[in-house]
Amino acid sequence: MNIAVCVKPVPDPNHYHKITIHPETKLLARKGIPAVINPADKNALEAALQLREQAGGKVVLVSMAPPDAREKLTEGLAMGADEAILFSDRAFAGADTLATARVLAAGLKKIGGFDLILTGAESADSGTSHIPSQLGELMGWPHLNHLTGLNLQVPVLKMTTKIEYGYIEYEGRLPMVLGIARESNTPRYISLMGVVAARNKPLTTWGLNELQLASGSTGLAGSPTQPGDLHPPRHGRQVELLEGEPADIAGKIVAVLRAAGVLV
Amino acid sequence: MSEQLGAVWVIAETSGSKLAAVSLELLGKARELAAYKEGAFTAAVLMGSAIASLAEELIAHGADRVFLLDDPRLAPYQNDLHALALTDLIKNHRPETVLFGASYRGSELSATVAAKLETGLAAHCVDLRIDHRGELVQVVPAFGGTVLGDIFCPVSRPRMASVKPGIFPQPARDAGRTGEVIKITAALPRDYQSPLKALRVFRRQPPALPLEKAPTVVAGGWGVGAEGWHLLEELAGELGGAVGCTRPALDEGWASSEDALIGTSGKTVRPQVYLGIGISGAAHHTAGMKDSGVVININLDPGAPVFGVSDYGAVGDAKKILPLLLEKIREHKGEINALRKPDTPLTRRGKN
Repeated sequence: MNIAVCVKPVPDPNHYHKITIHPETKLLARKGIPAVINPADKNALEAALQLREQAGGKVVLVSMAPPDAREKLTEGLAMGADEAILFSDRAFAGADTLATARVLAAGLKKIGGFDLILTGAESADSGTSHIPSQLGELMGWPHLNHLTGLNLQVPVLKMTTKIEYGYIEYEGRLPMVLGIARESNTPRYISLMGVVAARNKPLTTWGLNELQLASGSTGLAGSPTQPGDLHPPRHGRQVELLEGEPADIAGKIVAVLRAAGVLV
Repeated sequence: MSEQLGAVWVIAETSGSKLAAVSLELLGKARELAAYKEGAFTAAVLMGSAIASLAEELIAHGADRVFLLDDPRLAPYQNDLHALALTDLIKNHRPETVLFGASYRGSELSATVAAKLETGLAAHCVDLRIDHRGELVQVVPAFGGTVLGDIFCPVSRPRMASVKPGIFPQPARDAGRTGEVIKITAALPRDYQSPLKALRVFRRQPPALPLEKAPTVVAGGWGVGAEGWHLLEELAGELGGAVGCTRPALDEGWASSEDALIGTSGKTVRPQVYLGIGISGAAHHTAGMKDSGVVININLDPGAPVFGVSDYGAVGDAKKILPLLLEKIREHKGEINALRKPDTPLTRRGKN
């Protein structure tokens, strides 16, 4: 049972309120915000590690990201993955989800031999939730996203996916591509032994040539969608602070609620 | 079949025997977008089994045509079957723009179809408009809504977008509108064997007052604490509102279910009054409430980011203020009730 887990390094979501747009260059200012493995991708890795405990085999991490993502992949190896391959090339920069899925699919096909591909249901930074479905299509495998439950009796999979106010139960067969939701499990902590073990696990980088993709099919050039301007959301609010003892503040809030017409 | 000049399609989503609100919201937007091109029309795609009666609803809300794919294999929703049928329909009719609700199903279906067609898809849009060049500008949130980005799809067609529920107003129902219902008989290849099987669809009864429709939202975050959470429910009850929460409060298990989550991975709310308690103001939460009417937040830290999206910022310990606030509201309501004569109903009072 060989499982691939696709992960993406993202700026730590706990710091997103610090991200600003430079008023002239219109570029993102995100200095000092640490990178983390996308939270839902950690749930995908946890699901893979649990399946390996149940059915044996190996867990391979892959990522399409700039070269400094090696550090995050090492973290995934420390969590328990067996090996990691980073798809990194200047030609991959600026990719939309389809161009990203194209690189991931090419890399995963080249490695070969997988029974299951897992990834987070959505990323914290762009949050499209496209990758599980688009990767599934490009692999030519069945796929489902937003999984909250996964039960494997090789080769049959019983799966639960989220819908608004409910869920759907599915049955499928390996191989599949699945997007794992945050609430599906609690990712394990990294142990000191894990950190030590990660040093001796293989971590490889492949570029455009290794993946044998046509130039122009990846990155911004290979993306059907193109980014335009960035802008901050308009809030247009000027805060009036209500201060004093808790009882005074409570009284002031009552006055605001009455003025707003929700408390007669 | 011929290319449908500038046609704007909405992929309708059904929930049980009803249309999802987002599908109707999108029809209003579709009409607006179609109006930019001479002769362009709007169409809705309705997929499922025994759903023909919903076609009239779609027309009454703005669809000029309804493609009706009524096939027992299309119910319940199953990603691969719906994607196959829809891809085929798009290839045959070539719309210019295709809009989906960014529900769980809509997000999955749109991403699948975009990959099959190798075309562009903008996710979870918060605005759609036509710019001076006639290009569709698709505005998407990033970094939990801290940043909005314009997305274009200059070459590939159709250009596709998913839009979060509650972003666009629902157009009024016009029973006098007329439209054409086009029945698609062979929606799926007869011999197609699905690798998947949807065994069961479970739906909870949505709450009597869904969060996104409540006039007042009382939202709680980390600062409320486990022991104070029930006070939020009481407060919402007194104000005739509903309780919402942030991701940390949900992860702690204080909030009853994910239905209460407000933000990029939850609901978008725009109540008359939003009262936030113990919420720091992480962008992925504020993205879901920033368009509310009056915004009040209670937070211990006067520098909390949440005050940047508030009209009123109460600086103090939520654990102390919350019980006092509840007490004062009850006191106030008690006074009003005492003033009210027994058999004269209180008429709605205006602002003081």
